[in-house]
Amino acid sequence: MTFDAPHIDYAGISPVIALTAGIVVVLLAGLVRPGRTQRIVVSFCTFATLAAAAGLCIWQWGEEKDLIAAALRLDDLALAVSLIAIATAAFCVPLSWREDSVDRPAGPTGHGEFQALLLSSVLGMVLLAHAQNLIIFFVALELLSIPLYVMCGSALRRRESIESGLKYLIVGSLGSATLLYGLAFVYGASGSTDFAAIASNLSEGAFDDPILLIGIALAATGLAFKLSVAPFHQWTPDVYQGAPTPVTAFMAVATKAAVFAVLVRFFEVALAPAVDDWQPALAALAAVTIVVGNVGALGQDSLKRLLGYSGVAQAGYMLVAVVAANEAGVSALIFYLVAYALANLPAFAVIALRERETPFGDDIRAVEGLGRERPALAVVLTISMLALAGLPGTAGFMGKLFVIQAGVDGGYTWLAVMIAVGTMISLAYYLRVAAAVWMRPGAEPGPQPTAMPAIAGASQEADAPTGARCRVVIGLTLLVTAASVFFGVIPAPLVDFAEQAGAAIGSLLG
Amino acid sequence: MLNVLLWAPLAAGAIALALPRVAARWVVLLGAVATLGLAIGLVADYDAGAGLQHVVDESWIPDLGVSYALGVDGISLFLVLITALLWVAGVAYAALREYPSDGRDRFFYFMLALGESATLGAFLAQDLLLFVLFFDLMLIPFFFLIGAFGGENRIAATTKMIVYTLVGSLLMLVGAIATAILVSQQTGELSFSLPYLRENLLSTGSQEWIFCFFAAAFLVKMPAFPIHGWMPDAYRAAPLPVLALLSGVLSKVGAYGFLRVAFPLFPEATVTFQETIMVIGVASILYGSVMAFTQTNVRLIAGYSSVAQLGFITIGLMALTGDGADGAVLQMVNHALVVVPVFLIIAALYDRFGTDDLTKMGGMATRAPVFAALFLVVTMATLAIPGSSNFIGEFYILNAVFQTKIVYAIVASTGVVLAAFYALRLYQRSMHNRLPEGSTSRELSLREGLVIAPLVACIVALAFYPGLVLEKGEDAVAGSLVAVEEVQSDTELAQR
Repeated sequence: MTFDAPHIDYAGISPVIALTAGIVVVLLAGLVRPGRTQRIVVSFCTFATLAAAAGLCIWQWGEEKDLIAAALRLDDLALAVSLIAIATAAFCVPLSWREDSVDRPAGPTGHGEFQALLLSSVLGMVLLAHAQNLIIFFVALELLSIPLYVMCGSALRRRESIESGLKYLIVGSLGSATLLYGLAFVYGASGSTDFAAIASNLSEGAFDDPILLIGIALAATGLAFKLSVAPFHQWTPDVYQGAPTPVTAFMAVATKAAVFAVLVRFFEVALAPAVDDWQPALAALAAVTIVVGNVGALGQDSLKRLLGYSGVAQAGYMLVAVVAANEAGVSALIFYLVAYALANLPAFAVIALRERETPFGDDIRAVEGLGRERPALAVVLTISMLALAGLPGTAGFMGKLFVIQAGVDGGYTWLAVMIAVGTMISLAYYLRVAAAVWMRPGAEPGPQPTAMPAIAGASQEADAPTGARCRVVIGLTLLVTAASVFFGVIPAPLVDFAEQAGAAIGSLLG
Repeated sequence: MLNVLLWAPLAAGAIALALPRVAARWVVLLGAVATLGLAIGLVADYDAGAGLQHVVDESWIPDLGVSYALGVDGISLFLVLITALLWVAGVAYAALREYPSDGRDRFFYFMLALGESATLGAFLAQDLLLFVLFFDLMLIPFFFLIGAFGGENRIAATTKMIVYTLVGSLLMLVGAIATAILVSQQTGELSFSLPYLRENLLSTGSQEWIFCFFAAAFLVKMPAFPIHGWMPDAYRAAPLPVLALLSGVLSKVGAYGFLRVAFPLFPEATVTFQETIMVIGVASILYGSVMAFTQTNVRLIAGYSSVAQLGFITIGLMALTGDGADGAVLQMVNHALVVVPVFLIIAALYDRFGTDDLTKMGGMATRAPVFAALFLVVTMATLAIPGSSNFIGEFYILNAVFQTKIVYAIVASTGVVLAAFYALRLYQRSMHNRLPEGSTSRELSLREGLVIAPLVACIVALAFYPGLVLEKGEDAVAGSLVAVEEVQSDTELAQR
């Protein structure tokens, strides 16, 4: 028996190779003596890796081909999402520099481990964005998730962080198991693991096959866990709140992008013949998610919880773009993901900076009076909130516009109305943050919470805010916010980017 | 020219951000004055009967068919002028009184400048989506102005205001997108351009629900009874120069929206809902008048009187005749021109009495004849005394409504009588009777007079020649009613 090894297109998988090599280098660089030197050396290696991967993605831009026996699909959608994930990671690295869990580790965690994990997760995302095979789909999703479980729990001295890591692990595993079960059913119904083959096999058969329906339902449920789509979102606020802020930022933006990419590919390519089966189900999930996320965010005092619920609601809006099942929807999704990243990352950066400057942690009191105290951060946070709310003048408005347009075009006007209703509710909490920033005097530090949990050497002194200011982070944050406003006024460049990504799927949708 | 007019205030605001705080005020004022100069030039240059002028049309988001299209016609011409004029008044008043006193000048004046650009944008936009965008954008500066500089309960009040008004405008956004897409499904071309959408109308069923979304946005903004819930809180909390602009200018955008968007784009729905909206208008007149007559907070008296006045404007529009809409446009200008001095006078009264409570005021006229005289002119204009421009406006409106829907006209005319009650009550209680203890009658200072007197002069000037607004507006108003009138004549034919 002869075995033909698949042809490997090294140019096509070059971003994946770069990231894999980078992980090894970063892990080794982490052996440098802890402290400032370690931070500089490790970060340099990480940035070099991310820059190489991004550069290779840009080099491959415009290519459309199957890689490695059609397990991966190289197209602009995959590359666009890879770029979003890489850029997000690049933003989160400086954010983690002075983070307690990384910079003053209680145990052996340090910059090397942290950034190697971050890169592994990025690798998972890049693979997931390219995946067009059920096996790769699942493996990439796990590669994305497992480093995140660890990173969530990396602030060993904070009980919430450990709880967050554990909770994410348990819920995430449940989601993965459900997904895997669903994928097995889909394989059973269609007889193939390849997305294109599934589609062609299904288009011949009957769609009321219960095995297929069970498969779709379980796979949708599993993905809903990962995307924090209601009613599978309960872990989101707890995990977001407990995880170190740079990890939360990364998780909120990059994970969403990668999982949405595979969601689009799985439903709109592999399950395209069964569109009438899944479209109403996803539409219902989207509607529920919009309501639950927005209502849940009302009255949250912890900014990270607030952004967690807001992330749930935003996932609902993005799901509308998928439900539309047209090329405009995929473009709108990519546009929205970028706009969402541009709004969310600065918000998390401000939270992280304030956690280090005030004793309030991520409580909304930490940003009260920010308008007088730190006008630059105040402007950043305000524009972020306005962008998340989708008010004009920001990329968020344009994102909503495109999603609503795709929804109406796809015959889901009622979902477009749901987006409007959700946005109204959302104003109550987004504007509450803006009000705290500009309209309230700075909060006085009250009595310190006593009796720190004695986990891994926590103590009052060791955990007091460091007050460290990081100019790189502030500069980056201002830059990202400026981009958010820029694309709100002149959306054309970003529209082009999103259109090309959308065209990759659009040709298959017909 | 329109580009400069539109963005000059915002440019001045942006420059002000980089300047020392005292200079910030004067730079923003300068920007507003320059805008006023351009607006006057626009009116002087306007050729009645030539349709849309000074058109700017650039493709903005080509994939969605959204263009950056501006233009001015007889409907928006005077609203642009009045916006520019009143913004100068508002900014000048704040700057002369050295407001705000807490050192956040740059923030305050930047937001005022942003507000002016956004409002002008709403009046100038000739693209449906651009209109919606500016309509929403207007709220942001007012949210911050009221929330950061207002009085008691300012945060709750400003949040309530923005949630209420955005409920309407977000539905409007969906409506706008739906309009363009449904039209594109008929014609094959996706475009938000207003002239294009006017030529390609929607089917009746779609028109109706989309019209409801738009009407909700416009009526909340006005505000009309019973969706005025945000008004009392916001009016109590807002700083007075800001409140003057909110009441004087922003409320007009709602009424303007009916003429610019709702009538020409959804004519069949307009005819269907004519009576519903008239009922809302009449209810606003009665409710606003009665509330204005019973309130003791002077801000709310002015606020509820605005509800009543906008009720008049609404029924004038919904008469769906040229005269009614002409009167409504004139009345928009009149009301804006009257209500801003009212609020500035309220600010002057507050400085003298230290309260907004009418029962604790009185006798201010004893040693302040000029103040009293100016206030009297404004009061007379508010109650639409014959000879004032407001009288002409209300006459046109009531005349038109009498000819179309006589019952509403009879009920609405009681509003005219009630206006005399509340306007005179406000004047008498504050200017006549005894001075309360601890207050002294003080003449208007030069700084106050410098802003209020020119506005009163404008009121008087317009009283002599209201035809200016009517003549230049006629053609454009008739143009936006063409579609509605066609629908009406069709239904009449069908009934015969």
